[in-house]
Amino acid sequence: MNIAVLSGKGGTGKTTVSTNISLALNANYIDCDVEEPNGFLFLQPSIDRTDGVSVEYPHIDEEKCISCGECVKNCNFNALVNVKNEIMVFDKLCHSCGACEIVCKSGAIKYKLREIGKIEEGKRSHIKCTRGILNIGEPMAVPIIKKILNNIETDVNIIDCPPGTSCNVVNSLKYADMAVLVTEPTEFGLHDLKMAVELVRMFDIPFGIVINKDNVENNLVRNYCENEEIDVIGRIPYSKDIARIYSRGNMLYDDLKYKNVFDEIAQSIKGVFSWN
Amino acid sequence: MNIAVSSFDEKKDALLDKRFGRCNYFQIYNEAKEQIKAVKNEGQISGSGAGVSAAQQIIDEKIDVVITGNLGPNAFKILQRANIKAYKCGEVSVEEALSMLNKGELEQIEVAGKAHHGMNV
Repeated sequence: MNIAVLSGKGGTGKTTVSTNISLALNANYIDCDVEEPNGFLFLQPSIDRTDGVSVEYPHIDEEKCISCGECVKNCNFNALVNVKNEIMVFDKLCHSCGACEIVCKSGAIKYKLREIGKIEEGKRSHIKCTRGILNIGEPMAVPIIKKILNNIETDVNIIDCPPGTSCNVVNSLKYADMAVLVTEPTEFGLHDLKMAVELVRMFDIPFGIVINKDNVENNLVRNYCENEEIDVIGRIPYSKDIARIYSRGNMLYDDLKYKNVFDEIAQSIKGVFSWN
Repeated sequence: MNIAVSSFDEKKDALLDKRFGRCNYFQIYNEAKEQIKAVKNEGQISGSGAGVSAAQQIIDEKIDVVITGNLGPNAFKILQRANIKAYKCGEVSVEEALSMLNKGELEQIEVAGKAHHGMNV
């Protein structure tokens, strides 16, 4: 059972919700926000394994290449250029699709590997924690996300998604059986939440909303959920105390005042399990 | 000699577009024939590598000189490798840009500009 935590807008509390729910559900925590994975700052697992993630990019044998430009014509990502008498390769634009090798009649293209990041695994007590880290300057996160999610455990996994509704989020969602959307009651929060809802609905999986920084009033997020008939499965109050605990890198679940907030969300999630 | 100017549209009085990879058209002036033609920038709609794609088009059109605002790192590298000179110009009409080049009033682009400069402009 994989539970994706996403939001649309950044900074709404995906990591707060994912890390604390991992504790409440005793679930594995997986940080797919590989551009800035910050869940380990809170869970502080002892890391016992690191794997590199590499992608393929074309290497052109100049002896064999006749500069016919077939590879350039067939590259959908502008990673190859035919400069009169040589082919230039822009490896960061390459999506490793393999088309250039197939169309090369001279057999001049082989693939080399380039490391774009790594995956770290560790444990916090009995919770397995995994995170992907994309190297700075690398544009493509999807290969790391795919590698992480292709090798996850079969029990309950919490997938901490990247912000937004980009390819990175779509790829994280592909593996999810249900989704938790974290939002905040602001215009920006609502705007991006709508996009996230649209995305989750395309996947046709059950989902619920957690309102973070909630001021209890009849706010715009609540009205939206009511109109759209979306379940609000939890709320985290708007409080300086919570901000303080978070800023120190501590877990809200370890504080008796807030433990039940996440236990309630965990209960709602379990309810969804039993329905489906 | 063929001179390509990045421009906003295909009309005769079009303005120079300071974006290279994301411009709408290249207006190509053939010095020998004293003729100008506009070609659509095929790279403009690329998800990524618009500058690379535009540079490929410039090579395929057998261009010797490019007049634009900025070149990103990739496009700069490609034009340099292909021995195509690039000159920096402001937002003037294409005609004006060509005459400024003729008078030697344009400075050559010696360093690459920022990547993605033409996005969301």
